[in-house]
Amino acid sequence: MTLCINGADYPMPNDPRTTLLDHMREKLNLTGTKKGCDHGQCGACTVLVDGKRVLSCLQLAQTVRGDVTTIEGLSKNDTLHPMQAAFLEHDAYQCGFCTPGQIMSAVACVSEGHAGSDAEIADWMSGNLCRCAAYPQIRAAIASVAQAEAEG
Amino acid sequence: MSAFDITEGGTPVDGAAWIAGGTTMVDLMKLGATAPSRLFDLGAQRDALSGISETSDTITLGALTTMADAAKHPAIRGLTAVHTALVQAASPQIREMATLGGNLLQRTRCSYFRDTRQPCNKRVPGSGCPAIGGEDGHHAVLGGSAQCIATYPGDFAVVCVALGAEITIRASDGSERKIPVQDLHRRPGATPHTETALQTGDLITAIHLPKGGAQSYIKIRDRASYAFATASAAVVLHMDGAMVTSARIALGGLATVPWRAATAEHVLKGSMIDQKTAFAAGEAALQDAHPTLTNAHRVELGIRAVAKAILSARGNSV
Repeated sequence: MTLCINGADYPMPNDPRTTLLDHMREKLNLTGTKKGCDHGQCGACTVLVDGKRVLSCLQLAQTVRGDVTTIEGLSKNDTLHPMQAAFLEHDAYQCGFCTPGQIMSAVACVSEGHAGSDAEIADWMSGNLCRCAAYPQIRAAIASVAQAEAEG
Repeated sequence: MSAFDITEGGTPVDGAAWIAGGTTMVDLMKLGATAPSRLFDLGAQRDALSGISETSDTITLGALTTMADAAKHPAIRGLTAVHTALVQAASPQIREMATLGGNLLQRTRCSYFRDTRQPCNKRVPGSGCPAIGGEDGHHAVLGGSAQCIATYPGDFAVVCVALGAEITIRASDGSERKIPVQDLHRRPGATPHTETALQTGDLITAIHLPKGGAQSYIKIRDRASYAFATASAAVVLHMDGAMVTSARIALGGLATVPWRAATAEHVLKGSMIDQKTAFAAGEAALQDAHPTLTNAHRVELGIRAVAKAILSARGNSV
């Protein structure tokens, strides 16, 4: 059994207790995904599995079914993903610790079609906490990407 | 976390457990509040036990359907109360992971239950209940016992009770039975560690939601999104013109189980809905509450949630 992360195959952990988050950070040198609360409450560990946003701290690695995308898998070579560029453009962070999870969740928020208004973005990004409270800038970054996509 | 192994085949026996989305199970295992010896991963059964089908009077959901997938489905969007309960539960990420069957079985958020340094009759039978007389602001005002006042935290099950929904349960011998969701959860009584009517090895395979009725789910919480209900109410009305011919009302966030408020239903039946009857039903729903100094405000919130849900359901009637 292997794990497919950002298009590459990695070994599964032997210990069934290992979460996807711990496995990536401690064994696979994929430290972009952050550990905040480790109990599914803060969203810092958000990754995509088959395009859907999930919490890697509550996902036992051996039960992962599907292809995982992390913050390391968003950019194409030196070209940032539009959401990464928008976070830079809108200054959507201070300390940056929650940012990888915010960006992964934001990518899903737009692809789900839940970025139609500021209030809708706030509701559908509520699973990602930001202790620096960069929420207005985060919502602005997401709105700009959603708008750019809508304009094609 | 204590040691365990994961397997795909077979059925759990004593000390083992199913794992579906894992959002409650893994959290509680990290805390040490639960420690199954073996997990039976339902991932391989995802395709067989998920999906949504409907007949003229019922919507059937596979128990491994995620909360997110259910909320997206056009048939569920037509059941206003169900849709509201699903999209107002947890966070978008948790809804992508969590299954409907697992969500019905969500464990309490009682902080004493979650803290293994504390006694807890639910976690360690006979060890005591520090919530009684302790920090009880979030605890149940309905359905508690001298052993346990832990609140059932979910939303979807509350709407299921109001709808009169049923679940199909598959036993370890392969036999199937159907029970109302209302009979799934048990009040704590003298055995708070026995939370449901499920036997070891039982698996919820499907949830059956009756269509019809004017409905609403009102959830009051401490922040605008991503919070458990401080008080919630689900209402399903059948009307003849402006008169209520039958009503089903359930409360969430206030009781040890998804709480059927039969007294409030009797108040509404045969009446015309206005502010006065809606609040009278709300007061009837909470008339047996046992509040304490720190959670008495939630009785008032419960009354208002019921009243608002009744008025909102009437507004949703066609």
